[in-house]
Amino acid sequence: MAVPVAFFAVFFAYPVSAIVGRGLKTDGTWQFGRVGEVLTRPDILDVLWFTTWQALASTALTLLIALPGAYVFARFDFPGKQVLRAVVTVPFVLPTVVVGTAFLALLGRGGLLDELWGVRLDTTVWAILLAHVFFNYAVVVRTVGGLWSQLDPRQEEAARVLGAGRFAAWRRVTLPALGPAVAAAALMVFLFTFTSFGVVQILGGPAHSTLEVEVYRQTALLLDLPTAAVLTLVQFAAVGAILAVHAVTVRRRERALKLVDPAQTSRRPQGPGQWALLGGVLLTALLLILLPLGVLVERSFDGPGGYGFGYYEALQSAGGSGSTFLVPPLEAVGNSLRYAFIATVIALVVGGLAAAALTRRAGRLVRGFDALLMLPLGVSAVTVGFGFLITLDKPPLDLRTSWILVPLAQALVGVPFVVRTMLPVLRAVDERLREAAAVLGASPLRAWREVDLPLVRRAVLVAAGFAFAVSLGEFGATVFIARPDNPTLPVAVARLLGRSGELNYGQAMALSTILMLVCAVSLLLLERIRTDRSGEF
Amino acid sequence: MNTTKKYAATALAAALGVTVLAGCGGSDGTSAGSGASKGSGSKTVTLVTHDSFNASEKVLKQFTKESGYTVELLKSGDAGSALNQEILTKGSPRGDVFFGVDNTLLSRALDNDLFTAYEAKGLDRVADGTEQDDKHRVTPVDTGDICVNYDKKYFADKKLDPPQTFEDLIKPEYKNLLVTENAASSSPGLGFLLGTIAAQGEDGYQDYWKKLKANGVKVVDGWEQAYHEEFSGSAAGKKAKADRPLVVSYASSPPVEVLYADPQPKEAPTGVSTGTCFRQTEYAGLLNGAKNEAGGKALLDFLISRTFQEDVPLNMFVNPVVKDAKLPEIFTEFGETVDKPATVAPEKIAANREQWVQAWHSIAVK
Repeated sequence: MAVPVAFFAVFFAYPVSAIVGRGLKTDGTWQFGRVGEVLTRPDILDVLWFTTWQALASTALTLLIALPGAYVFARFDFPGKQVLRAVVTVPFVLPTVVVGTAFLALLGRGGLLDELWGVRLDTTVWAILLAHVFFNYAVVVRTVGGLWSQLDPRQEEAARVLGAGRFAAWRRVTLPALGPAVAAAALMVFLFTFTSFGVVQILGGPAHSTLEVEVYRQTALLLDLPTAAVLTLVQFAAVGAILAVHAVTVRRRERALKLVDPAQTSRRPQGPGQWALLGGVLLTALLLILLPLGVLVERSFDGPGGYGFGYYEALQSAGGSGSTFLVPPLEAVGNSLRYAFIATVIALVVGGLAAAALTRRAGRLVRGFDALLMLPLGVSAVTVGFGFLITLDKPPLDLRTSWILVPLAQALVGVPFVVRTMLPVLRAVDERLREAAAVLGASPLRAWREVDLPLVRRAVLVAAGFAFAVSLGEFGATVFIARPDNPTLPVAVARLLGRSGELNYGQAMALSTILMLVCAVSLLLLERIRTDRSGEF
Repeated sequence: MNTTKKYAATALAAALGVTVLAGCGGSDGTSAGSGASKGSGSKTVTLVTHDSFNASEKVLKQFTKESGYTVELLKSGDAGSALNQEILTKGSPRGDVFFGVDNTLLSRALDNDLFTAYEAKGLDRVADGTEQDDKHRVTPVDTGDICVNYDKKYFADKKLDPPQTFEDLIKPEYKNLLVTENAASSSPGLGFLLGTIAAQGEDGYQDYWKKLKANGVKVVDGWEQAYHEEFSGSAAGKKAKADRPLVVSYASSPPVEVLYADPQPKEAPTGVSTGTCFRQTEYAGLLNGAKNEAGGKALLDFLISRTFQEDVPLNMFVNPVVKDAKLPEIFTEFGETVDKPATVAPEKIAANREQWVQAWHSIAVK
């Protein structure tokens, strides 16, 4: 418990409260009157309203589209399943600049929809919603599907034997068991879309602005710290409220579940209904996820002299041209992997300890800490980054120019994933097993190692995968944090996109494709490790 | 209080311990260790700058050879964000020299006492009008012009003359052709707005923008989107079937289109409407509280030396500020000279920026 508390105190609570304080305090007195002033401004009210309803709509749409996907991935066995599961996770880690470009190519002028039906969706809210589904599909599939595949289908079968209809059995047996996971997934998606930054900025045009975009504008561009501080507090309050509601729902639904090896629960689809479901899900994934990714790949090969590897070759020479602008792509890949690896380790240690502590003790204080751990997702990267600047500036904590800040900031975003993924599974572990271990003389640590760990190893790997993927594609925090000149892949892509010229654009597409491949391969490796060990369950 | 400190120490030890271990396993250890080298002080000089800063490694090595200092770069986001980070950390700066404050933000930097005065060697060679501070707290390093670019092919096909001035842009023959950037969040967008204010006056610019809006100007958020997705003259725009032949970009964009095309065309595919330009000057300064003042001064001298100045155009696509620097051929051949760029005094920008942008937003966006 001490480690995660300290981690959050030093690298989150302290910097964020310092920057908010800087905005709201003048000459040592708090200026809470500012809150009312800012909140009655009509432009700010517009922002608040838009932020909320687009997040609600995005969450609903994502659940609608992704829950069948979660079911299919959890219960059906089909060729290419592992690859596909890795692929649908790739969008989640792509930098938003890249995704925005891909979606414009699809939904904008001359895009596929335009050519087929003359429909253009850019700068409409539809483009934002679809991009949010694209980004968050994997969150639902992984969070809900991960648990679903470990639920014993025999319980549902038993209910049916006892006379319940197919739907009633599902509703009475499976749905309650899945509840916490669905709630957790919905919460994640809501948080991401509520705090959406890049997607809204690129696809929404300047007329649509979320709270997060506004905080960025006020802090980084205008240096209007008072307004930024108020908006940060509003975002805090909103996120806090959501988390409180979530905590109540989860607690009411939580129960010990009998978890089984996922290998036993999935099988080939049977009958036309199941095949149709599988087909439908695959088609959705194809249209919504593979198509935008495909557009990127297509553009990366579409050189001036026809299709070819021109841009990829150019990446090589750019590295050797002796300027400080670009690093060789391989080095950027190396930087990205190294940072992501370190961030994952930090996130696993901090998040794992926190999740363990949260399962064990259920006091009010601990539950509060549960919510606190989620807050980094609801606080803008620029607030955290600027907070680092003004707090971590004295030895021994003068980390402002140190490379370690990048993985630290990435871990901050990774920890909630670890906690969210592990908690439902950890809480579902039957308490009597732990009690039995304790009765037999095991120390709490030993009991955790012998009872919990084997059962949750799968969740740990899923969590690690998420933390790793998030770190790999993390862009917001990384750009705000001073770093030596070793850019990560997303930063390198953004730099290329920031320049005119065909070759630069093509190279950005090529680099995005490489980033996509690195993510896909990392995630695929993870899937492999997981199946190799699942025999131990 | 005491416990908080203990927690802090534990956390740091835990985090660092973990990462050091991980770092040993996973890295080749070449690029990660900037923190260590910085402490040694006198041999390293740290240049804090924005993400667009770029220089040849060869030229930076030349500096090391001449002065004995090694330059360490600290890129810190886009220009506005980089400056604001400096303001927040003033008095305890992360580096010695800051480069990248332009005339639209200069007053903010000076009002915050960010820089120590230093008269760089060779300051007498800089172009007239670029030096804005008589106390020499900042040194001009480069200039660039934000101008409307046009798609040559579009206007040739339509047998229409491309627009040349701000007045042209509101004429009916150019209806629905221009795309620009959000002045609230994008530096070319702000430059273009300031250009219209310089040309139409503080009283006239709102009317001008109403007319521009009625004439179908499209506002997108950033330069990337305007140039790559909306502008039909850029290579990426062609591919994206973009349909706006006019875009707010830089005077140096046409040579860049040539430089990064393969094969290189005989003529630039885009041109510059030279009567629509706003001039940006970028400055560098010695940070207040710099640990390595001597190194910082040497670096400022170097930034306006011919060696560095002649390296600027092909790395940052802006013009050198000193008069004796030679432009690369690709600039003289494909670029256009802007004779009378619009400018607005930094103090005036500082005093009105917010209000101008606010008024612009309600006309052009809502």
